Amino acid sequence: MTGYFLYAFIYLVAAVIAVPIAKRLGLGSVLGYLIAGLVIGPIFGLVGDETVAIQHFAEFGVVMMLFLVGLELEPRSLWAMKSKLMGLGGLQLALTTALITGVALLLEQPFSIALTIGLIFALSSTAIVLQTLQEKGLQKTEGGKSAFSVLLFQDIAVIPMLALIPLLAIPELVAAGGEHGAAESHDSFNLVEGLAPWASGLVIISSIAFLTIGGHYLSRPLFKFVASSGLREIFTATALMLIIGIAALMGLVGLSPALGAFLAGVVLANSEFRHELEANIEPFKGLLLGLFFITVGAGINFSVLSENPMLIAGLTVAVMLMKAIVLFIIALIFKIKGTNKWLFTLSLAQAGEFGFVLLSFASQNYVLPNDIISVLSLVVAISMFLTPGLFILFDKAIIPRYKNAKSQRDDDVIDEKGTVVIAGIGRFGQIINRLLAANDVKTVVLDIRSEQIDLFRRFGNKAYFGDASKPDILHTAGAHEASLLVIAIDDRETAAEMVKYAKHAFPNVKVLARAFDRGHGYRLRQLGADFVVSETYHSALEMGAEALRSLNIHPFQVERQKMAYKNIESQQNDVLYHAWVDDASGERVDNNYLKLFSELESLIEDALKADLHDKHSKMRGWTPPPKGYAEKLAPDEKPDNAKK
Amino acid sequence: MTDENIIESTVERAKESKKVLVLFAHPAQTRSEVNVPLFHEAKMNKHVTAVDLYAEYPDFNIDIEREQQRLVDHDVIIFLFPLYWYSTPSILKEWQDLVLEYGFAYGHEGTALKGKLFLCALSAGGKEEAYQTDGFNHYTIRQLLQPLEQMAQITHMTYIAPFAIFGSRTAQEEHRVAQHRGKWTTLLNKLTSNTLDLEKAKCIENLADLCTPQGD
Repeated sequence: MTGYFLYAFIYLVAAVIAVPIAKRLGLGSVLGYLIAGLVIGPIFGLVGDETVAIQHFAEFGVVMMLFLVGLELEPRSLWAMKSKLMGLGGLQLALTTALITGVALLLEQPFSIALTIGLIFALSSTAIVLQTLQEKGLQKTEGGKSAFSVLLFQDIAVIPMLALIPLLAIPELVAAGGEHGAAESHDSFNLVEGLAPWASGLVIISSIAFLTIGGHYLSRPLFKFVASSGLREIFTATALMLIIGIAALMGLVGLSPALGAFLAGVVLANSEFRHELEANIEPFKGLLLGLFFITVGAGINFSVLSENPMLIAGLTVAVMLMKAIVLFIIALIFKIKGTNKWLFTLSLAQAGEFGFVLLSFASQNYVLPNDIISVLSLVVAISMFLTPGLFILFDKAIIPRYKNAKSQRDDDVIDEKGTVVIAGIGRFGQIINRLLAANDVKTVVLDIRSEQIDLFRRFGNKAYFGDASKPDILHTAGAHEASLLVIAIDDRETAAEMVKYAKHAFPNVKVLARAFDRGHGYRLRQLGADFVVSETYHSALEMGAEALRSLNIHPFQVERQKMAYKNIESQQNDVLYHAWVDDASGERVDNNYLKLFSELESLIEDALKADLHDKHSKMRGWTPPPKGYAEKLAPDEKPDNAKK
Repeated sequence: MTDENIIESTVERAKESKKVLVLFAHPAQTRSEVNVPLFHEAKMNKHVTAVDLYAEYPDFNIDIEREQQRLVDHDVIIFLFPLYWYSTPSILKEWQDLVLEYGFAYGHEGTALKGKLFLCALSAGGKEEAYQTDGFNHYTIRQLLQPLEQMAQITHMTYIAPFAIFGSRTAQEEHRVAQHRGKWTTLLNKLTSNTLDLEKAKCIENLADLCTPQGD
């Protein structure tokens, strides 16, 4: 037990030190993790063989990442991607495989080995590339999207590759390995193992159908049931259960867990629980991916490297160069322009984590001899290690070159109206949302009551289940990119906490908050809310006005009384607020606030009465000149003499 | 006056820069093609205070105190508006009703605006020919704006000819907006630097005729 703690502690210390430093130096978190791994692995030897086992476990981070990517992608946008997916992805895989196989053949490798190497190096690293794209905010650019299409296609292509590789087995190696070795390669939990091709096909198709249909129809009642319990950790447990269940199901039928998780994500992208799921899975994904990158760094074998450094360096550079050339040509064919062309080319020019999977699979199936495998694993690892460097190259060398050309075209960019996050969609939030939606403002609506969300969605609105008091949910709802955050919930404490957190975490986002009463409003203002309104103020004023009109007071006079009320209220608001702050902080004990409050009451009363008695002072506006003033005018001021 | 005197007095006047207040009234700015560009131009000039009345008082709840202070703080007052029914949009009328109080702007002690310069800058949909005694609208712009002229008179301000843009509905199609904008900029510069020929400005029909960008 203590041993586990010790290892966990070493990993965490390495990450905690290396990642923030790397981030500060502008190297990105991925390189930080890789360096951390390098330091605790090959350099200081603090961790050893267990990294391989940990790596298998940490690969689950990739599954979670694809689930999250799927959540961001609605089925419709996935469908819209299909030509990109097949075109870019298919072409990249085919051309890279062909090129690398060809080069391997030139180096006098037998065809089966050459092809296996080609397949392994055709894959890129989903983990590093997606993580870095997200971190740099490039995932929505054309280059980022194209890179994602290719990565997704590769993840799908791993499955037929796993089927193909055993067919390339080298007879001598199989003979040497003996029969019991072959049995090991079979997954002991595979349902489709002994079945006829048509039957296994049927099982695979029905499990995917179960995943999509079940995800669509069963997940909602399940989440609703769990959400109604109000237990946060059970919601987290449900989210984890879902992803692990999918991974297990996919494993059972011999499909890629990452692909299954991605599909499940897409199915749930329309769900109202999307943001809550994201908020729950995100930390797990981050930690597991970090762990995965550490193990890649730790797994670099210095002894093999020192034996033939030139060979490995040469191979790594050659592989990355070939991949980059293929990507560049594809970018030209598909007319990806400017910085996007370079982003696409540089981001995918490495081998990926599935390379490790295929390498170990190839070794189990006697396709590749062990000496080649140890060299190739090193090439895969080093190329992944160099990837953050390529992103830095993109940042520092490519973007500045295009900056000047771009600034001339800035006019084309249509500045989209920012989105508004509305927390709480009860009686209060609905009116706000309707007003915004009618003016084509994009809103993201959050509420903790799933039945409320349900009702709201029935009218075709976008709304999500989410515990707004949990900071993560504000992030996944996009509050950091929003232009406004409207807090329309009726829980006083939660509203105050939200204002505090929002102003701290996103100081540039304007916060509009609903207050319960004057005191609560002042508290929200003190916590930094930019605009506060008491929930009953305007409706009460309107009701009072209607009462006056019902008593036959002239409607315009009533309107003026209302205005006068508002004017006094807003004039005195600051004075009262500061008195409230003083009283609340205990600086005053004389209840100044209460005194001022009763002063406000009498001020309002005075102001409203003044006009009734036609006093000149208080209530201004449309006051006629005194009676008989025209007689007292100087001769040149008299209207008929006005024109000189 | 001799020539030397004229030059001297012009130089004298030019020394003191004037503060200009533009009170802009347009209730449907998303449809504006001429007024909004002029307003933006005014906002960019650092000697000009440009106020969008409909933005500041969307509920017509005009702050009398603040508006009077604004008048006191400036030397030149301009109403900038599209001509609606031969007059200003309603908020400018409301502004007059509320801000130009007895005892402040008129009456025995009402001399707060004495000596300030007042003018209108407006756009009219009709063509210049329509605003003639024998034209479609029967009156010239100056005649139609006489209530405002008299307002200036009784508040002791100096009234000069309006800066009028005719055919504003088709200004964009006929690529005239830049030209109008140029004249408007010239006017604002002449007002702030106090180099406008006031004697001429009092008696001509349209101030725009004095504002060709390269000078008079």
